[in-house]
Amino acid sequence: MSEKILMKGNEAIAEAAIIAGCRHYFGYPITPQTEIAAYMAKKMPKIGGCFLQAESEIAAINMVYGVASAGKRVMTSSSSPGVSLKGEGLSYLAGSDLPSLIVNVQRGGPGLGGIQPSQSDYFQSTRGGGHGDYHMIVLAPASVQEMAQLTVKGFELADTYRMTSMILADGTMGQMMEPVSLDFDVKPAPEKPWATTGTQMAREHNIVNSLSLVPEELEQFNFARYDRYKIIEENETMYEEYMVEDADIVLAAFGIAARVSKNAVDEARKMGIKAGLIRPITLWPFPKAPFKAAADHCKAFISVELSMGQMIEDVRLASECKRSVYLCNRAGGMIPDPKQVLDSIIKVNGGNE
Amino acid sequence: MATKQMLFSGFGGQGILFAGKFLAYKGLLEEKQVSWLPSYGPEMRGGTASCSVIVSDTPVGSPIVSNPDVLVAMNLPSLDRFEDAVVPGGLIIADSTLIERKVKRDDVKVCYIPATRLASDNQLGNLANMIIVGKLMALLDDYNEDGINAALSKVISARHADMKDVNLKAITLGKTFEEE
Repeated sequence: MSEKILMKGNEAIAEAAIIAGCRHYFGYPITPQTEIAAYMAKKMPKIGGCFLQAESEIAAINMVYGVASAGKRVMTSSSSPGVSLKGEGLSYLAGSDLPSLIVNVQRGGPGLGGIQPSQSDYFQSTRGGGHGDYHMIVLAPASVQEMAQLTVKGFELADTYRMTSMILADGTMGQMMEPVSLDFDVKPAPEKPWATTGTQMAREHNIVNSLSLVPEELEQFNFARYDRYKIIEENETMYEEYMVEDADIVLAAFGIAARVSKNAVDEARKMGIKAGLIRPITLWPFPKAPFKAAADHCKAFISVELSMGQMIEDVRLASECKRSVYLCNRAGGMIPDPKQVLDSIIKVNGGNE
Repeated sequence: MATKQMLFSGFGGQGILFAGKFLAYKGLLEEKQVSWLPSYGPEMRGGTASCSVIVSDTPVGSPIVSNPDVLVAMNLPSLDRFEDAVVPGGLIIADSTLIERKVKRDDVKVCYIPATRLASDNQLGNLANMIIVGKLMALLDDYNEDGINAALSKVISARHADMKDVNLKAITLGKTFEEE
């Protein structure tokens, strides 16, 4: 393994994207993800890549559409309010079956909100983000190492399934430094016979478009897309389990909330309470199987979130409402501390909640 | 050392983040698990700046330090804000040039070091942060010169290589400082 270096999560995403072969980055600055753009601005010109600070988030996502149409690996990044602006573009990318990577380093909302960490864009991310029937593959890193790894993975999945991958991080993940190894095996991008790369007078025109005025046809496009989503749900779900096997109380948490929850699980175990943690790494597709399995032996679930409770709905669906699901949360840029999570475990374990 | 949770706090420009980064890198080079998390709000532009550093033998859970084993307070608002959060038996290092009051708690170890004055008396510019880091490593019995040298080479870019010597001087000054 290569030497580990200390890097900010945002920088790790940028470097990993370059390693994955991304040579086109378009963005617009916003805290707490600006280091991604800054890193790209510094690095891209040196390696023959393109960094462009667009005039707006909307312009940036449509530049992504252009490069993706030409078959190249491309990305943009932003934080919550900026991602909302990109919503239309995300829908068009989906409607045109274009692979791309988008990073959302979330901050507190709604509206312009604040700049401190949040997970309150869970609904927006896992349900598509823009209009129409579609999904993005949503990856939720919980360490700087995963910020890098999942970026590479995100490009690969995007190309494999011709859709957008989103890295859903938060302010702490973006700003913190941890040791990271950047020694990756990157799968080369597959052939893209659909890309608009010029016909060389040797083939028919390729058309990349999301407009489809014949409803019978448009329905078929939607059906085909959802057939692909099914394959993704079967093959690409990722999660981590921590002490779930014999757990009475199973926490559900991703990203920074999972880090905090792990501390609380350790503390609870010291007190003799059998706590465990399921950490979804893909938020879409959501890892239903481990929750369904845990529901057979646990007493209750607690969803730990930096939001007013969004993932909790998926936990309820996945566990088929066999057990109660409680919420332990902070919002608006606040982070639950391990003590709050531990108190919640104690309360639920005692059956008082 | 199993897990050391440290909190550095002061005002923007005192090198709070740099001091934390140095100790994180030193931990990494000594094959510890480490994390470094800055406050990244508007306080970076002049108000209170702080950073959480964890150095551990086991994987780091939450990178947020709410109850530090070690608090470095480089101004009064930092001591006011974090004094009560320090774990009993923990350590508080206060820059006594800028903090006139004493620590109120009697269940923690305290070190007063006039780091800002020492820096200016010794032509060390704004390296009060590294003077404190030197003292901190000595107090934690974690002072090894090879590790310090290696970590400095990592946190000081090649372009500023000439800064390494003054940083080393500041660290040594902190280490040898005896409280009056």
